Amino acid sequence: MKRIQQDFITGARDTLPILLGVVPFATICGVAAVSVGLTPLEAIGMNFIVFAGASQLAVFQLMSIGSPWLIMVLTAWVINMRFTMYSAALAPYLQKEPLPRKSLFAYMLSDQAFGVTMSRFSNQVPSSPAWYYYGSAAIIWVTWILCAIAGALLGTLVPESWGFDFAFPLSFMALMFAALKDRPNVVAALVGGTTAVLAKGLPYNLGLVVAALLGIASGMLAESLRQPAREGAIQ
Amino acid sequence: MSAFSIWSLFVFLGLGTFLLRLSFIYLFGKVEMPDWLRRALRFVPASVLAALVFPALTYPAGILDLSLGNVRLLAGLGGALVAWKTKNILWTIVVGMILFWILQAL
Repeated sequence: MKRIQQDFITGARDTLPILLGVVPFATICGVAAVSVGLTPLEAIGMNFIVFAGASQLAVFQLMSIGSPWLIMVLTAWVINMRFTMYSAALAPYLQKEPLPRKSLFAYMLSDQAFGVTMSRFSNQVPSSPAWYYYGSAAIIWVTWILCAIAGALLGTLVPESWGFDFAFPLSFMALMFAALKDRPNVVAALVGGTTAVLAKGLPYNLGLVVAALLGIASGMLAESLRQPAREGAIQ
Repeated sequence: MSAFSIWSLFVFLGLGTFLLRLSFIYLFGKVEMPDWLRRALRFVPASVLAALVFPALTYPAGILDLSLGNVRLLAGLGGALVAWKTKNILWTIVVGMILFWILQAL
């Protein structure tokens, strides 16, 4: 028991520096929800139910331009597909846990919790890895929810004339540059972005989905073109 | 949007996102993630986020506008510089919004 508690606390402690980024992001998510016309209750409810900031911001942007319901759902799901990658990487460490706890751990999975946990596990796997992860994920969840609530309440004070909807593309930009880790990713972003501009006229905002798929495909293509070149260099 | 469509939107978003998160934690040992999917997922954030950003800057009022009169495009390019250098959401928003308000006032 003692060891479990220790790993939980270590996970939470290792996460503290990351919270500096979580606080403003969650607050912005709360403010943004209210700025597109959601009530504070809806804004807070969404953070409990969805708990995935980037996809929530994407939904707000689509709400602000009057996109259909289905496109909002599809876009958010596509953005959150990255969680399957995290899920696969964490899975071996969570196998001993019963399904209800696995479900709780899955619900709390975030980019930040994944990042902190995997960077620790790559150095040294703690004696109770599930509880280390839980400590990290839980402190992020609590911080996120509290800040999103504060943001939703603050959001009612932000006048519409400020043009706060412009904060959406700005926040995506910061997330996008963080994702440009290598050249194939830059190709994916350029193709995805350009296609979205050219396909803007497609009905039901379908351009977004088409652009995302083309971007992903061209990233994969760029990567496979690069691979043989690299092997050649090694020889 | 009606209250019903808003809450049902949240439920669909939440349920789908939860299943994506649970996927391989649950399926471990039963199903392996196919290799092509693993390769494709690496490019999801960059391409989706770019597909959200580019049109938001170039279609300020629903019409393509690549001129210097497009305040969102100019402020967005300033924000992009900050995003590139800092990768920080808060700084990107602060600088981008201030640029946006200044350019609008000019």
